[in-house]
Amino acid sequence: MNDFLTTLHYNDWILPALLLIPMAGAVAVLLHGRMSPQTSEPNDPSTRTLRRLVFAIFSVEALLSLGLWWSVDTTSTAWQAYFSRPWIPQWGMRIILGIDGVSLLLILLTTLIMPLAVLSGWTSVKEKLHSYFACLLVLTTGMLGVFMSLDLMLFFVMWELMLVPMYLIIGIWGGQRRLYASLKFFIYTMFGSMPMLVAILYLGLRTPDPFNRPSFSYDWILNHAQLTGSATLWLFAAFFIAFAVKVPMWPFHTWLPDAHVEAPTAGSVILASIMLKMGTFGFIRFAVPLFPGAVGYPPVRFFVLTLAVIGIVYGALVAMVQPDFKKLVAYSSVSHMGFVMLGIFAMSVQSVQGALIVNLAHGVSTGALFLLVGMIYERRHSRLIEDYGGIAKVMPVFATILTLVSLSSIGVPGTNGFIGEFLVLVGSFRTQPLFAIVASTAVIFAAAYLLWALQRIIYNPLTKAENKHLPDLNWREIGLLAPLIFAIIWLGIYPAPVLDKTREAATRLVHRVETSSLSTGLGSNAEIH
Amino acid sequence: MNFDLSIPTQLMQALAPDLVLMAGAMVLMLVAAWRPDSEQHQRLVGCGSLGVLVLTLALVIWFGQSNLSSGPGVIAVDGFRFAADALFILAALGAIALGIEYNGRERIWSAESHVLVLFATSGMMIMAAARDLMIVFLGIEMMSIAVYVLAGMNRRSTRSAEGALKYFLLGAFSTGFLLYGIALIYGATGSTNLTTIFEHIKAYQLAHQSMLLVGIGLLLVGFAFKVAAVPFHMWAPDVYEGAPTPITAFMAAAVKAAAFATFLRVWRECFDLLDFAWLMPVWWIAAATMVFGNVAALAQRNVKRMLAYSSIVHSGYLLVAIAAGTFSGSAAFLFYILAYTLATFGAFAVVCVMSRSGERDLEISDYDGLWRVRPGLAVCMGVCMLALLGFPVFGGAGFFAKVYVLAAAEAQTFRHLVPLTVLLVLASVVSAGYYLQVVRVMFMKPRPDGAQEPAATGPLTRMVMVASVVLVLLMGLAPARVIRWAREAQPTPPKALSVTKAP
Repeated sequence: MNDFLTTLHYNDWILPALLLIPMAGAVAVLLHGRMSPQTSEPNDPSTRTLRRLVFAIFSVEALLSLGLWWSVDTTSTAWQAYFSRPWIPQWGMRIILGIDGVSLLLILLTTLIMPLAVLSGWTSVKEKLHSYFACLLVLTTGMLGVFMSLDLMLFFVMWELMLVPMYLIIGIWGGQRRLYASLKFFIYTMFGSMPMLVAILYLGLRTPDPFNRPSFSYDWILNHAQLTGSATLWLFAAFFIAFAVKVPMWPFHTWLPDAHVEAPTAGSVILASIMLKMGTFGFIRFAVPLFPGAVGYPPVRFFVLTLAVIGIVYGALVAMVQPDFKKLVAYSSVSHMGFVMLGIFAMSVQSVQGALIVNLAHGVSTGALFLLVGMIYERRHSRLIEDYGGIAKVMPVFATILTLVSLSSIGVPGTNGFIGEFLVLVGSFRTQPLFAIVASTAVIFAAAYLLWALQRIIYNPLTKAENKHLPDLNWREIGLLAPLIFAIIWLGIYPAPVLDKTREAATRLVHRVETSSLSTGLGSNAEIH
Repeated sequence: MNFDLSIPTQLMQALAPDLVLMAGAMVLMLVAAWRPDSEQHQRLVGCGSLGVLVLTLALVIWFGQSNLSSGPGVIAVDGFRFAADALFILAALGAIALGIEYNGRERIWSAESHVLVLFATSGMMIMAAARDLMIVFLGIEMMSIAVYVLAGMNRRSTRSAEGALKYFLLGAFSTGFLLYGIALIYGATGSTNLTTIFEHIKAYQLAHQSMLLVGIGLLLVGFAFKVAAVPFHMWAPDVYEGAPTPITAFMAAAVKAAAFATFLRVWRECFDLLDFAWLMPVWWIAAATMVFGNVAALAQRNVKRMLAYSSIVHSGYLLVAIAAGTFSGSAAFLFYILAYTLATFGAFAVVCVMSRSGERDLEISDYDGLWRVRPGLAVCMGVCMLALLGFPVFGGAGFFAKVYVLAAAEAQTFRHLVPLTVLLVLASVVSAGYYLQVVRVMFMKPRPDGAQEPAATGPLTRMVMVASVVLVLLMGLAPARVIRWAREAQPTPPKALSVTKAP
C-alpha cells in the first residue's frame, strides 16, 4: 500500500488537497444553487442531485485521507506529508502543513464523521440546502486546517474559519432558542481566541528568523523562543483560555449545552466529535509544547488539573439530572473532556496516550449518541426523556444500538470508552494520585446517568400512545451508524495500532515538559516592517 | 525626481494632482450653477465629478510610483502622501457613486453636492501633503467647510439640518483648539514648519518647555475632535445619523482618514521624541474610545447610529497605531484605512438601498430576514460587518488590518503597548455583540409579514458593493501585495537638494 502511495507522490499533495477539495466543493454547491430553482421539495431532482454531489465530495475526501493511515510514519520525529509555501513574506507568515500521529487520528476522525453528518440531515434539513452544505464544506476545511497547520498565524486563521459556518449552522438551521445559542457560542469562542491572537503575534515578533523578520513557524518558535518567566505564564494563559473554552473546561463550558441542544443533528455531531477535540488538540500541539515551563510549574498544573477534575465530576452530576436527553449527552461531554485534560496535564506517557484515546473514543461514541438522539427527535419531535419509555418494543434496532453506544460512552470493557479512561486513570495515578481518585468516581456517575436514562427511554412500560407507532431505523440510518459501531468495537478490542501511532508524540510531549523549567532569559525582538 | 519647493514651477508640479482636482471642481461648480437643478443635471455633474476623480487618481498613482521626493518646504512629496490621496479619492468615488443614485431617489437635486465632495477631497489632499502647520490648518478648513455643507444637504430633513449645525459649531470650536495649539507651538519653537520645529526642539532642548507641551496638548484635542475620539466624540452620532447616507460614509471613511494622516505626519515628523509627554494621553484616549465606543454601540437600534459608534471605535484602534508611531505604525494605518474604507462603503451602500425614500427603515430590525428576500444585499452587509469586526477569511482585509495594528504596537517594546493591544482585542470581542446583531437578524430571523421589499439596487450602488466585497475578500486571502504598497508609502523627511541652485 505504502509503495503504491509513494508512486503517486501522495505525501506531497495530500494535505493541501484535503483543504482545497471542500472549499472547491462549497463553491460548486453555491453555483449549483444559483443555477437551479430554489425549492424546498425534498424529492425534487435538483435537491437529490445536490445531496448526492455533497455526499460524493465528502466521500472522496474520506477515501483520500485514508491513505494517510499507511503513508504516515508516526515513529519519525519529522513532520509527515510536509508542505510549505510562502504566504505573507513581509510578516514571516507561511502556509506550512504537516502532521504527526496525533493529528493523523483526528484528521481521519474528521473525514469519517463528515459524510455521516451529511447523511444525518438527509431528510431533516429542508430549508436553504445549498447554503447549509456550503457551511458544512467550509467548516471541514477549517477543522482539517487546524489539525494540519504548522504556522501559528495560519493556525489562527483556520481556528477562526470554523467559527462562522458553525455559527450559521446553529443560528439558521437550529432549534427554538437558536439565536441565543449561536451568539453565545460565537462570543465565547471569540473571547477565548482573541487573547491568543495577541499571544501569537507576541511570540512571532519576539522570535525573529535569521533575517530579523518575525517568524510564525511552529518549529522555529518551538526551538528558538526565549521567553522570560512571566511572559511564559501570560502567553500560556492566553492560549489556555482559547483552548479551555473550546474543550470546554469548567467553568468555561456554559456555551456548550446551549449550542449542542439548539444545533441541528449534524451540527451537534460535528461539535461533539470534532470541534471539542480542537481544544485538547490545541493543548497537545501548542499550549503544552510551546510553554513547557508554565505546564511544569506546579501551581499552574494544579490549577488546570483542579478545573479538569471539577469538570469531570460536575459534568457527570449535572448530566444525571437533565430531563432533556440531548442536554444529558452534552454534559456528559464536559465530563469526558475533563478526562482528556486530566490525562494531558498528569503528564505521564500512559496518561497522555490515554487522553488521546479518550479524545478519539469520545468523538465516536458521543457522535453516535447525538446521531441517535437526532433520529428519534425526527420521529417524535421531543428530546425530553419523560416523553419516551418502552420504545425497545417498537424500535428494537434503535434500542440495541443505543444500548451499545451508551455502554461505550460509560466505558464498559470491550468498548472504546474503557481503554482510554483506564489509561488516563492509571497514568495519572502515578503522578497525581489525588486527582485520579476523585476522577475515578465519575466512571460510576457515568454509568448511573446513562443507564438510568436508557431505562427510562427504552425499557419502562410503553404507555404513551404517540410512541406506539414509531418506525424503526431505516437502512440509511443503520448504514450511517455502522462505521461508528465498528470503530467502537475495534478500538475496544484491539487498540494497539492506535496506541502505536500516538506513542512517539506522547513520549516527546512528556519529555519536553519534564526537561524544562520557567527560564528567565531575556527575549530578543524583531520589528514588523 | 527631487522637487525644489522654493521654485514656484516645481512647487506647482509637486502639487499637480491637487491642482487638477481643484481646477476640475471649479469648472464643475460653474457647470452645476449653469442650469436649474434637476435630476438629469445632478446626474451629469455627478458623472463629471467621477471623471475628474478618476483622472486625479491616475495622476496620483503615477506620482506615487515615480519615486518623487522634495527638498525642505511647506509640502511633502512622498509615498505616504500619494497613498493617502489615493484612499481619499477612493472614498470620494464611492460617495459620489452612491450619491448620484441616492440624491435622485431622495430628490436632492442640488448638483453642487457632488462638487462639494471634490472640494472636500482636495482639502484632504492638502492635509496629507502638509509639512507646515499653517497648511495643515488650510487643508482642514477647506475640507471641513465643504463637509459642513454636505452634512446639511438634505434641506427637507430637520435631522440633517440639526446634524449640520451641531457639526459646524463643534467643528468651529475644535478648530479653535487646533489654531491655539499651533500658535503656542509657534511661540515655543519659532516656526510652523514641521521639519524646523523638530530641529528647533532638538537644537534648543525645548522638550520640557511648558508652552510647547500645552500647544501639543491643544493640537491633540483638535485632532481628537476631528477623528471623533472619546471624550471629543459627542457630535459624531448625531451628524452621522442626520447626514445623507453617502455623505455619512464619506465622513466615516475619508474625513477620518485625512485627520489621521495629518495627525500621523505631524506626530512623527515633529513630536516622535516627545513621547514622554503625549504617550499617556494618547494611550488613555485610545483606551477610552475603544471601551466607550463599543459599549455605546451595543445599545444602538438604528443602523446609521450603530455605524457611527463603530466608526468611533475604529478611531480608537487607529490611535493604537499612532501610539506605536513607528515605521510600521504608518503602514498599519494605511492598510487599516483601506480595509476600513472598503468595508464602510460596502455597509453604507446596503444602508442606502435599504433606506427607502425619506431615510426610513433604518432600524436594525428592518433588516430581519433580509437574506431570504435579497441574499446579495445580506451577504454584502455580512461580509462588511465581519470585516469591521476584524474576522479572518469571511471578514477578509479587516483581520489583517487588525493584525497589522496589533503587530505595530507589540513590536514597539519601549512604549509598553501590550496591555493596550489586549484591550483592543477584548474591545473587538464586545464589538461582535453589535456587528453580529446585524448578521443575525439578516440571516437567522424570518422576514416579517408585510415587510416591504427593499428598493431595487441601482447599477452604481451595485458596483460599489461588488467592488468593496471583492476587494475585502481578496485582501483577506492574499494581502502581501497591499502590505508591500503600505510599507513603501512611508512619510520621508525632506531630502537635501542634490543640485545647488544657480544664483
